[in-house]
Amino acid sequence: MARTILPFGPQHPVLPEPLHLKLTIEDETVVEALPTLGYVHRGLEKLCEVRDFNQMIQIVERVCGICSCLHALCYCEGVEQIMGVEVPRRAKYLRTIWGELHRIHSHLLWLGLFADAFGFESLFMQFWRVRERVMDIMEATCGNRVVVSVNVIGGVRRDLSPEQCQWIEEQLAVSEKEIKQLSDTILSDYTVKKRTVGKGVLTKEQAYQLGAVGPMLRGSGWAQDARQTGYAAFGELGFDPIVEYDGDSYARCAVRFRETLQAIDIVRLAIARLPAGETAANVSGAMEDDTPKPVSAGERRDIMQAYNRDKRHRLAAAPPPNLDLPAGLVAAKVKGKPDGEAVTRVEQPRGELMYYLKGNGSKNMERVRIRTPTFANIPPLLAMLPGCELADVPVIVLSIDPCISCTER
Amino acid sequence: MLGNMINKGRIKSPWVVHFDCGSCNGCDIEVLACLTPIYDIERFGIINVGNPKHADVLLVTGTVNQRNKHVLKNIYDQMPGPKAVIAIGACGCTGGVFREAYNVVGGVDKVIPVDVYVPGCPARPEAIIDGVVAALEKVKTLLGMTA
Repeated sequence: MARTILPFGPQHPVLPEPLHLKLTIEDETVVEALPTLGYVHRGLEKLCEVRDFNQMIQIVERVCGICSCLHALCYCEGVEQIMGVEVPRRAKYLRTIWGELHRIHSHLLWLGLFADAFGFESLFMQFWRVRERVMDIMEATCGNRVVVSVNVIGGVRRDLSPEQCQWIEEQLAVSEKEIKQLSDTILSDYTVKKRTVGKGVLTKEQAYQLGAVGPMLRGSGWAQDARQTGYAAFGELGFDPIVEYDGDSYARCAVRFRETLQAIDIVRLAIARLPAGETAANVSGAMEDDTPKPVSAGERRDIMQAYNRDKRHRLAAAPPPNLDLPAGLVAAKVKGKPDGEAVTRVEQPRGELMYYLKGNGSKNMERVRIRTPTFANIPPLLAMLPGCELADVPVIVLSIDPCISCTER
Repeated sequence: MLGNMINKGRIKSPWVVHFDCGSCNGCDIEVLACLTPIYDIERFGIINVGNPKHADVLLVTGTVNQRNKHVLKNIYDQMPGPKAVIAIGACGCTGGVFREAYNVVGGVDKVIPVDVYVPGCPARPEAIIDGVVAALEKVKTLLGMTA
């Protein structure tokens, strides 16, 4: 049988990102897949030599726009570990809330893209419609839709007022209902199952040997999640990972779907337990010299009102009751420069994220090493592709939830 | 006569092709969010296509780096004229926070001519829609359709 080499990417309708796969095919069956990387490489780890350790937060947030909050969280936890900063409990809970909101939006985004990968466009639209509600929550609480930029070294930049918490809970209740309405379609529809069940099987042993992380690992029957290590407020909130056993695209989809609902529950729990009263005690007016001062409440109200007039044409959800964002910086005072090294792990929507940080007592970090989940999930992907039909390639590639900009940085 | 009709059609339904040129995904997901029910750019006749040969408008997100500048040039050359290029986000406009990184060439305009710049990190979907509408004005001028 003659072999054909088919390029998949770097610009491909199903991928929002440039991933290039050289697929060797016989008839319609894939025999071999070779990835070519480097289209998104910017070299931002080396930027730590130019930017100081506070400015690096803005850089690591832009490693990946989808899970920016968790990158910043992982970096800040590392620097705090080096500098011995005790983060206020309230800040830990707030970090958990925004981190999990990011997980909800990322998983909904993925569920939509996944539906699009097997050609179910209306389901894609439905998931993204629900996602906009979560984006509204982020915009109302942080001022930006995607890159929320709430983490600072020592805590968080924003606070949540009780009215906002209540509004978030209401919005999440509606989202939960809407997500559950979609569960019949994504999890038990005949056509969807036909395209996902048994496609791209990764056995439990393979998942372990090839070092899969995140929903890939949990879809293959391993109950492992970095949230079990208890970063942010997970030490107090407790956490049980979601596990599926089949190891195929359907199982990974089910893991992500159930994690979305679980993340909503975690946000609720964190809001219910949000420690009060610590804000005033631990708030420091300014951080290090060059950190931007928080915008005053009056200024922010003007901005929000002007902005709200702007988007009046939108058919959006009800606006949050109190547009006056609390200006609070919930953070411990940070003094000095990081000197030492730390390794931190955080569960990103795509899997385990690891940061290695090394400071040498100057304002620049000596080394920032980022190990992202998609990097770990590419070897399992290459093991899953041989033997599959060409038409299933988009489904299997998407089932790892590839984030190329994370991988290549 | 026929040419007039074609030109009218071009303005009324610009097809866009999106290329992620080393972006952090922030702008990419906002480009995709434009297609979804809340923003719904299809009401302006804008359709996202996968093939640059079908497209009138090229949306580029992210910085250009040493490797993908050839890909970007290639995609631009494959598009039939008249065409417009929109650079989305701080990175697409100037290189953004990554401008000092060693592998970054800079904004999209270092490689191909850019008609409209949409700032923001990431750019809001409203701003992106606005950018496409602004690009159409440029196409109108190209076609000699300005009144």
